[in-house]
Amino acid sequence: MLEIKNIHASVEGKEILKGINLSVKAGEVHVLMGPNGSGKSTLSNVIVGNPQYTVTAGTITFNGKDLLAMPPEDRSHEGIFMSYQQPVEIPGVSMNNFMRAAVNAKRKYQGLPPISGGDFLKMVKEKRELVGLDAGLTRRSVNEGFSGGEKKRNEIFQMAMLEPLLTILDETDSGLDVDALRIVAEGFNKLRTPDTAAICITHYQRMLDYIRPDIVHVMLDGRIVRTGGPDLAYRIESEGFDWLKE
Amino acid sequence: MQFLEARGLPTRKDERYKYTDVAAVLEPDFGLNLGRLSLQFDPRQTYRCRVPGLGSSVHYVVGDSVAESNVLIDDGSLFVGSMVEFAQRYPDILRAYYNKVEGDSLAALNTLLVQDGLVIRVAKGRKVADLLQIVNLSVGSVPMLANRRQLIIMEQGAEASILNCNHSATRCSNLATEVVEGVLAEGSHLQYYSVEETTNNCNLLNTTQFVQHESSKLDYASITLNSGLSRRTINITLDGTHAQTAVSGLVLANDNRHIDNNLLVVHNAPLCSSDILYKYVLDGSSIGAFAGKVLVNAQAQKTDSQETNANLCVSPTARMFTQPMLEIYADDVKCNHGSTVGQLDDTALFYMAQRGITPEEGRLLLQQAFAWDVLQRIDLLPLRQRLMHMVEERFRRGAGACGDCVMCAG
Repeated sequence: MLEIKNIHASVEGKEILKGINLSVKAGEVHVLMGPNGSGKSTLSNVIVGNPQYTVTAGTITFNGKDLLAMPPEDRSHEGIFMSYQQPVEIPGVSMNNFMRAAVNAKRKYQGLPPISGGDFLKMVKEKRELVGLDAGLTRRSVNEGFSGGEKKRNEIFQMAMLEPLLTILDETDSGLDVDALRIVAEGFNKLRTPDTAAICITHYQRMLDYIRPDIVHVMLDGRIVRTGGPDLAYRIESEGFDWLKE
Repeated sequence: MQFLEARGLPTRKDERYKYTDVAAVLEPDFGLNLGRLSLQFDPRQTYRCRVPGLGSSVHYVVGDSVAESNVLIDDGSLFVGSMVEFAQRYPDILRAYYNKVEGDSLAALNTLLVQDGLVIRVAKGRKVADLLQIVNLSVGSVPMLANRRQLIIMEQGAEASILNCNHSATRCSNLATEVVEGVLAEGSHLQYYSVEETTNNCNLLNTTQFVQHESSKLDYASITLNSGLSRRTINITLDGTHAQTAVSGLVLANDNRHIDNNLLVVHNAPLCSSDILYKYVLDGSSIGAFAGKVLVNAQAQKTDSQETNANLCVSPTARMFTQPMLEIYADDVKCNHGSTVGQLDDTALFYMAQRGITPEEGRLLLQQAFAWDVLQRIDLLPLRQRLMHMVEERFRRGAGACGDCVMCAG
C-alpha cells in the first residue's frame, strides 16, 4: 500500500529525516517509536504533505501512485488520514459544515455528486455513535472548547466519516487518561478492516495493549534503526532507547 | 449653509477624515437632477429584493427621488413615505426632528442639495410587525450625484425593523450622499440594518445619527458587500438612562476598494450600554479604515461599553487602519476596547486540507466563519440567514459576479 524509499526531509533548512525506508501493506498496523526529535512526526507530516516540510530526496508511492506529486487534499482523497497530536481549533466553522465540506470534496474527487443533507446527517449519527462522540459536539465549532479527550475522539470520528485506507495516529495517546485511551483505541479498532492499514506513533506501550501492532520500528536521529515484532515495544518500555545507540 | 461656508468640506487634516480624501470623491463633474425629471424607471420590475420567510413592505428610492410607484403608508400610527408629503401632512413633527446633525460639512452639503427623502414615523406604542425595506438605486446614463435623506422617528414604546439596501442599476460612475437621522424616544426599539451591494463605480458618503432616550434600544449594522469608496460617519448619542445600543459592521472588500467607518458613541446618561463590533475582510489591494470613539461623559456613571474591531487581511497588499478609542470622564464605568489585524490561519488551512478540503474552500470557510460572527448579532432569523447566504455567495463568486443584485438571485 505505502512504499517509502530513502526519504530525506528538512524543516527550515535543517535535515531531520536521513533516509527512511518503510513498506506498509493492507491489513497491517505499524508502530513507530523513538525519542523526541528522532523524526517520527516529521515522517507523518511528510506523508500527508505538510508544506512546512521539504522532501530533499527519495520517493513515496501510495497504491502505486506518486504521493509526493499530490497536494495534501488529494492525498486525503486517495485515503490517507492523520489523527493529530494537537487537533486544530477552527473558531466559527461548525463540525457539521467542516465534515460536510470534507465528505463532498472527496466525493467530487471520486466523481460522485454531493451528499444530500439527509444522508449526511444519518452518516454523522451513525459514525458518532460508533466512536461515542457527544451529539452536541458536532454542532459546535471545530475543536473549539473541546477537552483533550473530546478532541482525540473527534479525530477518530473524522476518521470514521472519511473511511481512509491508511491512518496515521500521531501520539493519539498523549494527554489521555486510561478510560479515554480505551475508548479512542476501541473506536479505531472498530474501523479496522483487512483493506486498511495504520501507522501509530507513540511513546507508550499502553497504547499497544489496545492496538495490537504487527510490526514495530524504532527511529533514532532521522533513521529507522531497528524493526521487529511487538516484543520490541516491550523491551523499549523497560530498557529505553540507549541500548540501540551504538 | 453658513456652517458649510465657514468650515468648507472636510480634508484629511480633520481628525475624523484622516483616512478618506473627501475632496477627491467630490472632484468629478456630477450631474444633479435639479429639474426633478422623472427617471421612467420602475424598480419593481427588476429589483424584487425579497427576504424569504419575512413579511416586508418595500419602498424604493431611485437616484435621489422617492419612487412614484411606492405605496405610501399613513394609517395614523405608521407613516412611510416621501418627506415632501410628510411636510404637508405633519409640518410640526418634521420641524421638530429634521436637520439636527451638527458639525458635519457633508451632512450640511446634503441638506443644501437634497430634494426629497423618506420618512418613517412609528407613533407611540405601535409595533410594526413587517420588515420595512428601503431600496436605494443608483441610476443614470451620465455620472450623477444623488443626495438622499432618511428621517426615522420612533415614538415612545414604538418598535420597528428597517432594512436599507443600496444597489446600482448603472455602469456609470456616481456618488451618493446620504443622511440618516433617527430619534428613539423612551422605551422604543429600532433595528436598522444597512446592506451596501453596489459596484466599484458607486461611491458613498453616509452620515448616520441616532439619538436615544431612556430605555430605548438600537441595533444597528452596516454590511458592505460591494461598493466603490464607502465612507460612513455614525454618531450615536445616549441621552436617557438604561439606553442600549449595539453597533455592528461587516466589510468585505477586494481590488482597490476603500471602506471607512467612523463611529462616535456618546454616553450622556448613567446606566447605558454600548456594544460595538466591526469586522473587515480585506482582499486585493483594498484599504479598510475603522475609527470608533466611545465618549463617556462625567454624568454617565455605570456605563457598560465594549468595542471590538477585528480584521482579516487575506492578501499581502490589503491594508487596514484601526483606531478604537475610549474617552472617559466618569469614574464608575466598565469599558474596554481592542482591535486585531491578522491573516488566515495556515495551521487551520492545512488541517482542512488533510481532511480533503481544497485551499480555496478552506479559505472560504475561514472567511465566512470570521464574517458570520457579525451576522449572529442580527435578531431577525430570516434576515440573518439571508445575509449569511449573501455573504457566502459573495465569497464564493466574488464581488458583483452575479450582475447587479445578489438579493434578486434568490
